[in-house]
Amino acid sequence: MAPLEIAGRTFASRLIVGTGKYPSREVMLEAIRASGADMVTVAVRRVDIENPDRDDILGTLSPDEFSLLPNTAACYSAEEAIRAARLGRAAGLSDWVKLEVIGDPDTLLPHTEELIEATRVLVAEGFVVLPYTNDDLITALRLEEAGAAAVMPLASPIGSGLGLLNPLNIRIIKSRLSVPVIVDAGVGTASDACATMEQGVDGILMNTAIAEAEDPVEMARAMRLAVEAGRCAYVAGRMPRREWAVPSSPLEGVPPPA
Amino acid sequence: MEIMQIQVNGRERDVPAGTSVATLLRDLGLDGRTLVVELNRRIVRPPETESVQLEAGDHVELVHFVGGG
Repeated sequence: MAPLEIAGRTFASRLIVGTGKYPSREVMLEAIRASGADMVTVAVRRVDIENPDRDDILGTLSPDEFSLLPNTAACYSAEEAIRAARLGRAAGLSDWVKLEVIGDPDTLLPHTEELIEATRVLVAEGFVVLPYTNDDLITALRLEEAGAAAVMPLASPIGSGLGLLNPLNIRIIKSRLSVPVIVDAGVGTASDACATMEQGVDGILMNTAIAEAEDPVEMARAMRLAVEAGRCAYVAGRMPRREWAVPSSPLEGVPPPA
Repeated sequence: MEIMQIQVNGRERDVPAGTSVATLLRDLGLDGRTLVVELNRRIVRPPETESVQLEAGDHVELVHFVGGG
C-alpha cells in the first residue's frame, strides 16, 4: 500500500489518532501503538503548577516515537487559534498544526470564515496547516487556496461516533482537491473507518472511537485493519452494483434431474 | 527585598522585584521541562528567559502539551 504523504513527509500509516479521553496513560500508549499511527494529535493547555507531571503528554509519548500534531481545540476565532498554534510551535517539537476554529459549542462545527483566515495567516508564518472543516466542497477549495497542506473534512460531529453521514460530499471533495484529504471526526467503529477509506480519501484522524471503546487497545487494532482494508478496497476498485442476481457458478454442465 | 505581584496561569503570585522569567521557572520547579512561556501575550523563547525581567502586574501563561484530539 502506497504511504500517505503530506507536505513532502511520508507516513507509514494512513491513520492519525488523538490522545484525549483515555482511561489511563498506559492504555493510551498501548492503544496508539496498536493503531499503527505515526502521528498523534495533542492539545496545548496551561501547566498545572502544583502538579506539572499530571497532564504532561510528553511524560508518556516520546516525540522520537511519534510525530506530534498540536491542535487548536476550543478556539472560537482565528485570533485564538493563531495564538494556540504559535504556542504549540514554540515548544519546538513541530511546526505542523491541526487547525480547529469552532463556531458553535453544541455541534462543534467549524467556523469556516475564521478557519480560512487563520489558515492564510499561519501558512504565511511557515506552519504546515491541516484544517478541520465541514464536508463542504467550497470551503475545502478555499482552504486549499489558502495554503492548507491537507484538508480534513468531518465524517460527522466531533465525538459523535455517527460515522460517515455524507459519503457523496467526501467523494466530491476528494475528487476536486490536489492536497490530501483526511477525514477527521465522527468515526464510531471499524466499519465506519473502512467505509470512509473506501471513498478514496487519503487518511482518517480519530480519537473518541478508540479512547471510549470498552477495550481501546483492541479497537485501535480494529481501526488499523479497517483503514488498511478500506484503502485496499478503494485501490482494488469495487465490482458494480446490480439490481438482480448473477450466478457465480457455471450454468452449463449441471447434471440433469433424474 | 521588594515584592511584586504577577499573575501566573490566572493566579496571583508574589515574586521578588526584578525576577526573570528563568528564575520564576526555577522557583516553580519547572525549569528543564518542555513548556512554552507567554508573557503578556508575547511568547518568550528559551534563550530570552534569563534576560526578560518580570514587572508588577505581568500576566504569565505557562503551557504544555496534554492529551487531545
